[in-house]
Amino acid sequence: MARRERPLTGHLKGDGSALGLKEYEHGGGYRGTRRMLKENTPREVQLMVREANLRGRGGAGFNTGLKWSFVPMGEEAPRPKYIVANADEMEPGTFKDRLLMEQNPHLLIEGLICGAYAIEAEMAYVFVRGEYHLPAERTRAAIADAYAAGLLGRNILGSGFSLDMAVHMSAGRYMCGEETGLLNALEGKRATPRAKPPFPQTSGLWGKPTIVQNVETLCCVPGIVANGPEWFNGLSAIEEDGGTKLYGASGKVKRPGLWELPMGTTAREILEEHAGGMKAGYEFRGLLPGGASTDFLVEEHLDTPMGFDAVTSAGSRLGTGTMVVLDNRTCPVGMVANLEKFFARESCGWCTPCRDGLPWVQKILEGMCDGEGHLGDLLRLEQHCKWLAPGNTFCALAPGAVEPLQSALKYFGEDFARHIREKRCPYR
Amino acid sequence: MTTIYVDGIAYEVPEGRNLLQAVLSVGLNLEYFCWHPALNSVGACRQCAVMAYKDEESELAGRGKLVMACMTPATDGTRISIKALDAVAFRKSVIEWLMVNHPHDCPVCDEGGECHLQDMTYMTGHTYREYRFTKRTHRNQDLGPFINHEMNRCIACYRCVRFYRDFAGGDDLDVFGAHDHVYFGRREDGVLQSEFAGNLVEVCPTGVFTDKTAKHNYTRKWDMISAPSVCHHCSVGCNTIVNTRNGETRRVINRYNREVNGYFLCDRGRFGYDFMNSGRLVREARVEGRVVSSEEGVARAAELIERGRVLGIGSPRASLEGNFAVRQLVGPENFCSGMDQTEHVIASRVLEIFRHGPVRAASLHDIEQSDSVLVLGEDLTNTAPMMDYAVRQAARNQPIREAVKTVGVVWLENAIREQIQDQTGPVFVATPAFCKLDAIARQTFRGAPDEIALLGFAVAHELDPKAPHVKGLPESMQKLAASIAQDLREAERPAVITGSSLRTPAIVEAAASVANALQGLGRSVGLAVALSECNSLGAAFCDGMGWDEAVKAVEEKGIDTLVVLENGLFRRADTLSVEQLLAKTAHLIVLDHLESATTPRASILLPVAPYAAAGGTLINSEGRAQRFFQALPPQETSPPESWRWVRDIMERLGREEAGRWHNLDDINRAACTGLTKIGSAIEPAPEATYRVVHQRIPRAPHRYSGRTAEMADRTVHEAKPPVDVDTPLAFSMEGYQGRPPSPALIPFFWSPGWNSVQATTKYQQEAGGHLRGGDPGVRLLKPKQGVRPAYASEIPVTHTPKAGEWLAVPLYHIYGSEPMSAASPPVATLVPEPYVLMNADDVGGMQAEAGAIVRVKLGDEERELPVVMSPSLPRGLVGIPVGIAGSWALVVPQKVTVAPGETA
Repeated sequence: MARRERPLTGHLKGDGSALGLKEYEHGGGYRGTRRMLKENTPREVQLMVREANLRGRGGAGFNTGLKWSFVPMGEEAPRPKYIVANADEMEPGTFKDRLLMEQNPHLLIEGLICGAYAIEAEMAYVFVRGEYHLPAERTRAAIADAYAAGLLGRNILGSGFSLDMAVHMSAGRYMCGEETGLLNALEGKRATPRAKPPFPQTSGLWGKPTIVQNVETLCCVPGIVANGPEWFNGLSAIEEDGGTKLYGASGKVKRPGLWELPMGTTAREILEEHAGGMKAGYEFRGLLPGGASTDFLVEEHLDTPMGFDAVTSAGSRLGTGTMVVLDNRTCPVGMVANLEKFFARESCGWCTPCRDGLPWVQKILEGMCDGEGHLGDLLRLEQHCKWLAPGNTFCALAPGAVEPLQSALKYFGEDFARHIREKRCPYR
Repeated sequence: MTTIYVDGIAYEVPEGRNLLQAVLSVGLNLEYFCWHPALNSVGACRQCAVMAYKDEESELAGRGKLVMACMTPATDGTRISIKALDAVAFRKSVIEWLMVNHPHDCPVCDEGGECHLQDMTYMTGHTYREYRFTKRTHRNQDLGPFINHEMNRCIACYRCVRFYRDFAGGDDLDVFGAHDHVYFGRREDGVLQSEFAGNLVEVCPTGVFTDKTAKHNYTRKWDMISAPSVCHHCSVGCNTIVNTRNGETRRVINRYNREVNGYFLCDRGRFGYDFMNSGRLVREARVEGRVVSSEEGVARAAELIERGRVLGIGSPRASLEGNFAVRQLVGPENFCSGMDQTEHVIASRVLEIFRHGPVRAASLHDIEQSDSVLVLGEDLTNTAPMMDYAVRQAARNQPIREAVKTVGVVWLENAIREQIQDQTGPVFVATPAFCKLDAIARQTFRGAPDEIALLGFAVAHELDPKAPHVKGLPESMQKLAASIAQDLREAERPAVITGSSLRTPAIVEAAASVANALQGLGRSVGLAVALSECNSLGAAFCDGMGWDEAVKAVEEKGIDTLVVLENGLFRRADTLSVEQLLAKTAHLIVLDHLESATTPRASILLPVAPYAAAGGTLINSEGRAQRFFQALPPQETSPPESWRWVRDIMERLGREEAGRWHNLDDINRAACTGLTKIGSAIEPAPEATYRVVHQRIPRAPHRYSGRTAEMADRTVHEAKPPVDVDTPLAFSMEGYQGRPPSPALIPFFWSPGWNSVQATTKYQQEAGGHLRGGDPGVRLLKPKQGVRPAYASEIPVTHTPKAGEWLAVPLYHIYGSEPMSAASPPVATLVPEPYVLMNADDVGGMQAEAGAIVRVKLGDEERELPVVMSPSLPRGLVGIPVGIAGSWALVVPQKVTVAPGETA
């Protein structure tokens, strides 16, 4: 594909180093922003992004421009307003934002400038996962360069628009990646989620209007601003979502990796063409399409376009778009047990079903793997899948946590039954 | 009102409530943990799930969605089901999750039998737990003498930290860790620093935080005999329930009264009771040190009184009835209020301000509702702790008003807090030294007592130019006064809080001027004056003479016998003055329950019942007359109330009126009609003849364990419970089993299925609202409409410290300054060592340093004490802790000499 068709990664140097400011600008970087600051009103930018059908790449898939339009605008709006890049990439199997920050940090900075301009924010934070030292370092360096070039700070490029930007390192919990948990963490509080409403768009960081966007989402914005919504929509393989998507694959595939492809590329294409299919001696059994907190898809779903709506129709979620592939020699029960161990540990401890339900699920699954499964365990697991549903728990962590479990019970039920029946893990 | 449908039945509920509050208010049962009427909704526990339906059609089709009732507004037409199968199953499931790590140690848990977790578990119908794996365990902490910690029982409802940090302003209890390892405790073992920590006992829905003072002699709730009582440890008059068993007071818990203390108590009020079990109680009648029978005591006292001229000294810590009885015994013209001179002047003046002025005496609830607060001269945390709590709530009102515009509802606690951040409403604190309320104050002022008064007068002048102008005020004070006035003027419901603790009448006068000025501006202003003791205002109502006048009377009239009612004289004046008084009177008759420096001096000492064993009326600083009831069943050896002693003495003297005082109602009626400033009978509680369907109201919820067996070594017949002649309450479980119709007669909160204190909801008109039948207590002080009182004309002059001259100012400690609670063993462990507080520069000027010993001469007493340095106490002031052993019992601002100590 042409560079222009890969706005996120097309200009990467290929050696793993970061694009510097000059290189970034040489490839067209900040051009859209310069024009935007002169020619567009914030509302126009919001509308552009909305028409581009850019949907949140953190996994929720909400129309980004529409979300921005909920922010109170104008003289009467509470101040200051904030925009936050959610770079707390902790979803197991997901490593897309890391690539962007390590190799194209100015793209994120430009996305934040555009977003901040669109909602009239005066402060931008990049909230980085605690273990992401290199991405943080490179983002910090890029921010310093942007300040030096007058792209950040007071009266940017003489436009009258001002924006400050800072990197904040997370203390390291999965919960910090949840929009409101992140805001609490950024305020120095425990990373417990907040009840919505009020939404962060009206009451976010320090109670002020705030937009939190995934890194990849923000990285899509400069392209939209520079080339317009129609161009962005044209990048996609499907109608309802615009742009390209960073798709990834991990597991027993020939070439695990990350690729920028048109939004809506089928799972089969990603798996077979880009990841090179299964490794010799391994057969495909299923995949988690967008990180650990999504439902399994199986053979019959492989031709599903990996767009938000199509994956939902197939019974899962696009999530982060980075698939984890299950093969025939890995125990699905063990895999789910491993995931639930992660989610149980990462529960913030605020609401009961998540705090006390997930560890129970984990112990049941681990018990099964150790040959200590009971007949009633399947029912107990199913109950948890039913009760840990959105709305029953305080935030989306627990509902996400049971997605791989509920689909594993559906597609790999016999594996669970064998663990109990044979009092051992048949894969060991 | 809005209409909601619960399981198909329509209910009218007030607007703006959440569904949980709404369904509880209409009398339905729904399980919950993290919600609390005073702590609002956070949606953590997920216990109050109900099925919500879009419309009637979807309800009929059973197409609903689980929602958390506490997080969902009760809007018009809301349709929910509590009984829907999935809702019931989910709530059972929540209990089962909570039980995953709960130890099920109910039989050995102090909370057992009054545990919200037990109640809710039972209510959901959850019985069998299927969790078969290892439970996680925690290490417990030593949290000091009041609170026991057992973290394994924790169900992580977050109420404790929300109450402690968000509402009570504490910072040493927190939540640590994550997932199912969340830990609620301190960073390290140690005494909980909040004065409101004891409320954790009631806020915690299970047995994590329990009453340590009740532990050494533990009794279940159902085995205790209880009575409604009123706290005796400050002038606020918080409503309490006193629990007793086997002749001992076992604990004190909160008794809800929305107008006064709501759901909470301070730790002095909760844990101060133990003095009644200590060895410091007076238990026998003594004549010249010899133990005598009651009859002999009465006879000898009557003799003394008959023989000579008598002066009676009442007490601000004794009941209205006790004071009135002594006043009648000696004659109103020979009755002294028993307060120290300055307190007497202030209390009498406060009574006049409220009796004749236009300003409302603010209740605690009024303070909580106010949107701007000026605290003039009181370290509330230590002199009237629950007022501190009320001010902390008031500080949120203005920011909340703004926050609601974004959040939409007031009860979404965390969303409101997020909006508010660290904003507080206008609260101003003027005290001589640092106080805890500084933390939420917009501005603080440090000055000598007279300067605090000056600030108040300056504020009054800013509000109303007719109020006298304060001349020669430093510019900074002038500016501060203007800014305080500005904020008070802009408030809708300002509150002015002051008190007598600094023993400076001008401060109270200044506060009244501010309140009057605000009243004149049409504000709904409340004035609260914290007095020193639980019945200071009651003592003022008795209209006796002050201390100085009493001394004069002794000198001029020649008094033979002093009758002292429940009073330690050495706390009322300096030692020399008291000694002179005692030297000039031949005989001293003392009626008291607590040993003091006065009791050994008594020619006749008559033991009286401490408040758990007595009934009576107290008038709090708001002018609310409140009845406290006897909780300890009388035993043969129990001393009677003071008024009964006095009655017997008077009867012996042939005084007819006393013959009519058969019970508490008689003496109360006599007091209220006899004291001209009350003027008529008030009935603070239903009279002794009151019955509900011909039955008394039981003090005990059940037939207590061992009731038959405990006497078995003496008789196999069960003893008849004592008959209470004073009240409609019974000393047993016999009587009317329902909710007492009168809110003044609630010995315990209980409702079927609700064994914990959360049963309070069932006694309220609305969850968190007024008690059904109205909040108890009779307000004796009604503002006079349309009156414009004259402003005080006497304004003190500015205090200018001179080198080598020092002004003593009193400092107070919640634990130590109040003598009854200080005699309570657990409280005594927290009483500080005596010290003097001085400005760091002043200490430096004396070539001394912190901890150095200084010699302080105050009045006729000289002491050597370690010096504590204060960055905030103004130069020239010397702060002296009041009432602590080794310090002075009474400190009135006065010149004092300070010199480096011998041992320095």
